[in-house]
Amino acid sequence: MTDKVSLPAPRDGSPGEPLLVAEGLTKHFPIMGGFPVKRRIGAVQAVDGVDLTVRAGESFGLVGESGCGKSTTGRLLTRLLEPTAGRISYRGEDITRAGRRQLAPIRSEIQMIFQDPYSSLNPRQTVGKIVSGPMEINGINPAGGREARVRELLDVVGLNPEHYNRFPHEFSGGQRQRIGVARALALEPKVIIADEPVSALDVSIQAQVVNLLGRLRREMGIAFLFIAHDLAVVRHFSQRVAVMYLGKIVEVGTREDIYGRPRHPYTHALLSAVPETHDADGTRRVGAPPGGSRGRIRLAGDVPSPVMPPSGCRFRTRCWKAQARCATEEPPLTRADGNTEGHLSACHFPEPPTVARNTEVILDPALRAAEDADGAGG
Amino acid sequence: MTAFLSVKDLFVRFSTEDGTVKAVDGLSFDLERGRTLGIVGESGSGKSVTSLSVLGLHDARSTEIRGEILLDGQELTGAPESVLEKLRGDKMAMIFQDSLTALSPYYTVGRQIAEPYRKHTGASKREARQRAVEMLEKVGIPNPSLRVDDYPHQFSGGMRQRAMIAMALVCDPELLIADEPTTALDVTVQAQILDLLKDLQQQTGSAIVLITHDLGVVANTVDELLVMYAGRAVERGSVREVLRAPQHPYTWGLLGSMPRLTSDVNEPLTPIPGTPPSLLAPPPGCPFHPRCAYTAEAGGEVCRTERPVLPPGRGAACHLSAERKRTVFNEQIKPRLG
Repeated sequence: MTDKVSLPAPRDGSPGEPLLVAEGLTKHFPIMGGFPVKRRIGAVQAVDGVDLTVRAGESFGLVGESGCGKSTTGRLLTRLLEPTAGRISYRGEDITRAGRRQLAPIRSEIQMIFQDPYSSLNPRQTVGKIVSGPMEINGINPAGGREARVRELLDVVGLNPEHYNRFPHEFSGGQRQRIGVARALALEPKVIIADEPVSALDVSIQAQVVNLLGRLRREMGIAFLFIAHDLAVVRHFSQRVAVMYLGKIVEVGTREDIYGRPRHPYTHALLSAVPETHDADGTRRVGAPPGGSRGRIRLAGDVPSPVMPPSGCRFRTRCWKAQARCATEEPPLTRADGNTEGHLSACHFPEPPTVARNTEVILDPALRAAEDADGAGG
Repeated sequence: MTAFLSVKDLFVRFSTEDGTVKAVDGLSFDLERGRTLGIVGESGSGKSVTSLSVLGLHDARSTEIRGEILLDGQELTGAPESVLEKLRGDKMAMIFQDSLTALSPYYTVGRQIAEPYRKHTGASKREARQRAVEMLEKVGIPNPSLRVDDYPHQFSGGMRQRAMIAMALVCDPELLIADEPTTALDVTVQAQILDLLKDLQQQTGSAIVLITHDLGVVANTVDELLVMYAGRAVERGSVREVLRAPQHPYTWGLLGSMPRLTSDVNEPLTPIPGTPPSLLAPPPGCPFHPRCAYTAEAGGEVCRTERPVLPPGRGAACHLSAERKRTVFNEQIKPRLG
C-alpha cells in the first residue's frame, strides 16, 4: 500500500556526523510545599547528568521503565523543557540557552512525534490544516503550494490524499499516528524525536507504523531519537541504544552490545523480563543455548521514587550484586573490560558479556516463598 | 460431564445510538480447574466483554446476552443479581487492568481486601483484618501489617496490582479472570506479577482466564489459548500448538507484526494491512477476509459469504484446507519469524 510511494531525496549532512548532543543534561522539577508561603521542599530528579549523541541518519533508542526520565530527556532535547543544568548542542551549535529567534530555524529541523494520537491532534482542525500548520507558522511556501505538499506528505505516510478535508475523529488510531508523522515531516526535519510512537497502537497497526518510520530513516536519511519501553521494538528500530534507570543512563552501546553482550545488571534484568512467544517452547529464549533455558531474573518491588533516589548506584536497592561500595560510590559510565568501543556501562560489578545465564535470580520475596511452597508441596 | 467453566454459543450485543454492536458473536470454550486459558485479541475483539458477561458485570439495560455460561454446572446467563453477587468474590473473582480506578480511593487497601471476606464468610472485623495482612504478605507487600492501613495512592503501581490480586484471592475463588493484569505495569514488574499468579494458582488449584493483547505474555503463563477477532474465536489450541504452528492467517499476522529479541533486524516487520472492522457492521463471511492475503487461495467467494466454523479442540476458523494451512505457515510465515 505504501511501498510504492517515492520519497524526497535524502537530506544533506553526511551520515554519522553528530547532530544532537547532550552533555550532563539535568532536569530537576521542584516540589513546592509549605504554608502560608510555598517554598521549594524538594525536587524530582527526573534526568540527572545524561550524555548522549544522536548521529545523522541513525536511530538512537532510549529504553527504560516508567519514571526513568526518557520522555523528559526527549522534551529537553527539543527545548520543550528548560534544562536545570547541562548542555545541548545541535550540529555543533550550543542551543542550551538559545532564545526564540535563534531556535526558530533549528526547531524546524528537530520535530516530535507523540505517543497519544488522540490528544496530539487538534480535533477541530482538518488533516490539511494540521499537517500544513508547521509550514504556516514558519512561513514556508513550497513550490506548487502548501496544499499540494500536504497531499504529497499524506501519500508518503500511507494516507489517502483525498482525506485532506477530514477531521481526526474520522481516522483510526494508526491512521492518526500517520497524520502526526506527516506533520513532523512537513518541515523536512533532520531529526525526529519519537516519544513512544507506537505504544498506544494495536500490535498489527504498530508494525505498520514502525515500518513507516524505518522507511523514512533509510530513504530520507532522517535521524531518530526513539523513546520506548518495549525492548523488542527498540531493538528492531535502533542501531544504538541507551538504557535509562532513575534519571541516568546505565548502559549505552550498539544494538549488538546491548542485546547480545550487556554488562549492567539492570539491562540483564530488563531483557530477562521480556515475555517472548518462544517461551511456549519452554526452552528457547534469547541467547539461550539450544535445549537450555535462560535463567530468570526477577527483581523485587518497583522503581524507587526519583524524589529521593538511592545514594551511590541508583539501581543498588534492586540489585542482587550490590555491595557496600555501591551505596557510597556512584559508578561512572565507562568502558568496562572486554567491551567494544562506545559500549559504556555504569556498574562496579558488571555481569559477564552474555545474555545466556545458567542461574536464576529471584529477589521478589512473595515469588520466592510461593516457589518454595510449590517445591515443598509437589 | 461439563467442564468447570463452560461457555457455549455466547452472543453479546450492545444497543448504541449508532446501532447494535455485535461485541461477542458465538463464542464457546471450556476451562477446567487448575488450568489457565489465555484469550488474545486486539482492541475491540470482544475479549473483555466476554469476561464481564461471565461475571455478570455488564450493563443489563443496554446489553443482550444469549448462550450458556455454566460455572460448576450452574447457569449464569440470566441468573438473578442476588445469585451472581454470592458467586462473585467467593467462587469467581476478577483482576482489572487499571488498579488505580479499580480500587476505591476512599478506603484503605486493607479494608477493601477484608470487605469481600467478611461478606462471604461472616468473619469479624478483627479476623478479616488479619486475613488482609496475610493476603498482602502472600502477594509480596513489604511490612504488610503496616501497609494494610495505607490508601491506594500510597502504593506504587506494582503494589496496587498486587493488592488487587490479594483482594481477588481473599475468598479463595475457584475461577479468576484477569483482564490485562500487567498491561499498565513495567516489564520487570510484569514478570514478577505473572510468575506470582502462576505460583499462587499452583497452591490454590483455581482456574484462570488471562485476557491480553500480548502473545508474549500468554506464552509462558497459559495452557490453552483462544485467539479472538471481531467478536469471534478464530483459533484455539494448546499455547504451544498455537504459537509453534498457528493455523489462522490472523494469528500469522499477529506473530509477524511483533518484533522479537531474536528476529532479524534487517527484515521489515510484516504487519496486517488495514484496520479491524467496526462491530456495528462486521464484514459478512469470515470477519478477517478484508485484511487476509489468502482469500484467493481459500476459494475467494467462500470467504466473503460463508462464515468459517471453529472446530472443537485444536483448530482455526478458516476456509483454507488443513494441508494448505500447514504448508503456507511452514513455507511463507515461519521463515520470517525470528
